Parts: sequence; structure tokens; C-alpha cells
Amino acid sequence: MPFVNWLKRRLVVIAGLLTLGYLLLPNVVVTVFSFNKPKGRFNYEWQQFSTDAWKDPCGVADMCGSLSISLQIAVWATVGATVLGTMISFALVRYRFRARGAVNSLIFLPMAMPEVVMAASLLTLFLNMGAQLGFWTILIAHIMFCLSFVVTAVKARVMSMDPRLEEAARDLYAGPVQTFLRVTLPIAAPGIAAGALLSFALSFDDFIITNFNAGSTVTFPMFVWGSAQRGTPVQINVIGTAMFLIAVLFVLTSMVVTNRRNKQKA
Amino acid sequence: MSTLTEAPAPLAPAEPEHKPPRKRGRFTPYWLLLPGMLWLIVFFALPMIYQASTSVQTGSLEDGYKVTWHFATYWDALGEYWPQFLRSVSYAAAATVLCLLLGYPLAYLIAFRAGRWKNLIMILVIAPFFTSFLIRTLAWKTILADSGVVVHTLNSLHVLDVTSWLGWTAGDRVLATPLAVVCGLTYNFLPFMILPLYTSLERIDGRLHEAAGDLYAKPWTTFRKVTFPLSMPGVVSGTLLTFIPAAGDYVNAELLGSTDTRMIGNVIQTQFLRILDYPTAAALSFILMAGILAMVTIYIRRSGTEDLV
Repeated sequence: MPFVNWLKRRLVVIAGLLTLGYLLLPNVVVTVFSFNKPKGRFNYEWQQFSTDAWKDPCGVADMCGSLSISLQIAVWATVGATVLGTMISFALVRYRFRARGAVNSLIFLPMAMPEVVMAASLLTLFLNMGAQLGFWTILIAHIMFCLSFVVTAVKARVMSMDPRLEEAARDLYAGPVQTFLRVTLPIAAPGIAAGALLSFALSFDDFIITNFNAGSTVTFPMFVWGSAQRGTPVQINVIGTAMFLIAVLFVLTSMVVTNRRNKQKA
Repeated sequence: MSTLTEAPAPLAPAEPEHKPPRKRGRFTPYWLLLPGMLWLIVFFALPMIYQASTSVQTGSLEDGYKVTWHFATYWDALGEYWPQFLRSVSYAAAATVLCLLLGYPLAYLIAFRAGRWKNLIMILVIAPFFTSFLIRTLAWKTILADSGVVVHTLNSLHVLDVTSWLGWTAGDRVLATPLAVVCGLTYNFLPFMILPLYTSLERIDGRLHEAAGDLYAKPWTTFRKVTFPLSMPGVVSGTLLTFIPAAGDYVNAELLGSTDTRMIGNVIQTQFLRILDYPTAAALSFILMAGILAMVTIYIRRSGTEDLV
């Protein structure tokens, strides 16, 4: 039975592709429904084709405002978490110091904690301190949970780095600052970039921690959450589709660029 | 000054001898650690203490709260909300098992069979991350809609009769049932399973497969005796990265479920943000944290992989 044999050999491939389909199906639905013209307030059932939402992406009250707040928070959270996280990773890989175990577990625990627990406990802190909930409390929270992910990403890169390269730079009379800027930083850059990218994605998409600590500030995920109760405008799907396309384009271009560079080097 | 001039010893990254001795460097690690660690202590560790303290306070919003060591809050909270705890654990466990079953073939495909499509598939696994997960979860409302293709097909195949009998669905609906919530959880945390699985599968030397084949192992035996055991680190960290966030999640239960599928995250959220019963909410959150930490510790011990991250 050649067909059964063919199927048997490709069982893994078929199962894997089915899973990939499961992962991508919602994105297909989001894209298709960005061209919908729903009858009621909710955009869950297909009615008719229309490009209205794409022509007027900010046509919904407050949506683009929330998008801008999310972008600002994501940018600052990325900057904060990347700087602090990179410093920690260098200390962890390059130096010996006391309380290493405590430092390691303080970095690991936020990643092993359900978000709702961090969100709730942070809220009790802010309530006890009488802090005004809003932009700053969200930013503080985002830097906190992005930090550990940056450390993990950067640490992996710095650990695989040959320390003799820095020693060579020092032997060639480069000062510590020069060595750091011209040798260490360029080698660590891919790890730092990965950590920063991860931070941006995590912060931009965070809902649970933000929901607890936002006060009356509305980020984009909170806008989507609210609209799930009040009525989902088609524009949400437009933003979702655009973000997906931007991400894919971004990754593809960076891959093409690195490929070219590698070819030039070779 | 440098070890480079000495005999070229094999590179061992753990060896501290490679570091150039710096006179001014004695306090450098502490300065590097200080800002980030301070951030984590003030905004991660300290809140845990505040939460523990809040959970044993009594009082009211108007008169303020005082620490009275009122541990009864814990018993009351557990007595009232144990079904939600149980539900959280079982939904999260179901989602984790499904993620492993669905994610393993895809990770295997990317690691060994994808060839030149490898990068593209990898991008397709990660790219959905950049569309807000709330929007993608709402898309499941369309996919699983009562009048949709999926429900219609399942109905005509009488699958829903079986799942209804098992209590996973209700009548001829999928939305607002446990099945929908588990399906959403599985979908949302699947990449967290695939990525660590892929990382550990990719490290496996392909020659081991050939060796197994040369020793007359059938493909399934090769998988069972060689590939799967070697991918255990990925399986362990993948299951943890799926189970932990799934157990605390309340988004899927809220968007795809009903009042009968409320998980412990929903309860904590409502208590904190709507009912404003801070002691009960803090106690519930504390129980969830302790429960997860205990389960994770036992799991890591039993699976014998200590170095996860």
C-alpha cells in the first residue's frame, strides 16, 4: 500500500503543519474580518465586503489614543528594561560577587509567577503607598516583568562570547571604555536586540498586569478588552492585521540584510 | 596582564581566571546590579510582602484596614472558591497536555524536516505574537460560533454529543463551554511549548538517529528511546511555561467561557477590581502563588532537570 507508506513517512510533517494551521487560523480570521461590514455592534459574523475600516483606521473614538499610549509605554519600558537588564547580565557573567543565588532567583521568579499574582501584589503596593494609578504605574510594572526576559536573552549571548577578544583589545592598548564600545558591545548586540524586541512585544501586548495597575489610563489591549464588552469595531482588526504584517516584514527584511552581509563577508 | 600570552588552554567559560584583574573593579558588579535589583526588590519582592500582609488584615474600605492576623480569610476563601481553583488546575493541565501533543510534531518538523522552509515556519510561529493576543482570542469567537463551520461539522459528526456527555460542551454549542476555554488556552500558550521543544530538539546530533537506524531501531523506537529522552529539558520547560500562565489566566475564561467556566484568575480579578475585597483577593492570590511554586518545585525535582533557564 504505497499511499499508507507515504502517509506514514510524512505523519510528522502533516501533524506539524496542522498545528501551524491552528496557530495561524485566528490571524487569518482577524485579517478577513478587517474587511467586514458588521450589522450590529460586534464583528463576529461575516456580512459583506468593505474597505471602510482600512480607509478610516482611527474612526473609532479613543482607539488611536490608546494605541499611542501603548506605543509610548512599550518604548520606554523597552529602554528601561534593556538598560537595567543588560547591566545585570554583564555583572552575572563577568564578575564574582556575593549573593549570586539570591540575584538569580530574584530574576527567575518573575518569569515563574502567574501574571495575575504579580498584578495583584503590585496593586496592593501602589494602594498602600497611595500612588496615583496611571501611565507611570503601568510603566513601572512593565519594566519589572520585562527585566528578567532581557537578562535571559543577553546573558546567553555574553556567556558564549570569547573573553580573549576583550583581552586582545586591551593588549592592543584599547582603554576600558574603548574596549567596551568597540568590542564588547558589538558582540553582545544581537542578544541585547533580542531582549529589547521581546520587551517591546511583551509590554505592548500586556493586558493582565496593566488591567490591575492602569487606573483610568487605557492602553490598546485594555481598549480591546473593553470593546469585547461594548462592541468590537472593525478597526481593531485593521490594527491587528497591520501589526502582523509589519512584524513579518520587519523579520523578513532583517533576515535578507543579515544574509547579504554574511555573503559579503564570505 | 592577560592569559592570552600563556599556553592556549582549552576555553572554559566557568573559569574565573580568564578575567583580567582590575584594580578599580571590586565594586563594579554591585554598581551594575544595583539599579535593576532595586527595581525587582521594590516592585516585585516588596509587593509580595504587602500582599501577604493585606491577606491577614481586616477592616473596610471606609475605615481602612489593619493587620489583625485574621487567618480565617484563607479558610473562607478556600472554602468558597475551591471549585475555581480545581477548575484552573484542570483546565491548565488539559491545555498543557494538548500543547505538548500539538507542539511536539511542529517543533520536530522545524528541527529536522523543514529544510529550507525552517526560517519561514519559525517566523510564522512567532509572528502572531505581534498581533494583540486579545484580538486573536476574540477571533475564536468567530471560529467557534454557533452557526460556524466548526460547530456545524462537529455536530454532524456527532462529536458534540460525546463531548456534551463528558461535560466538556453543552448541547450543540462550543462557545461558553470548558472546551472553548481549553481550546483558547492551548492556542494562546502553544508557542511557549514549541520554542523550548525546538531548542532542545535542535541540539540533538542527527547522527544519533542514523546510529539508531543502523542498529535496526524502527522510527518509532528511535523516537521513544533516543529523541524523546534527549528532548526532556524542552518538555519540562515547555510544560512549565504553558502550565503556569494558563493556571493564572482569566482572559480566555472571560472571553470564550461562561459563568460556569470561571477560573481562579477571574475571581481574583473581580475581588480586586470590582468587589474591592482586598484581603480575600490577596489571600486567593497568595494561595495561587504558593500552590504554583510548590507544584513547580516538585515537578522540577521529579523530572531531574535542575538547570531550566
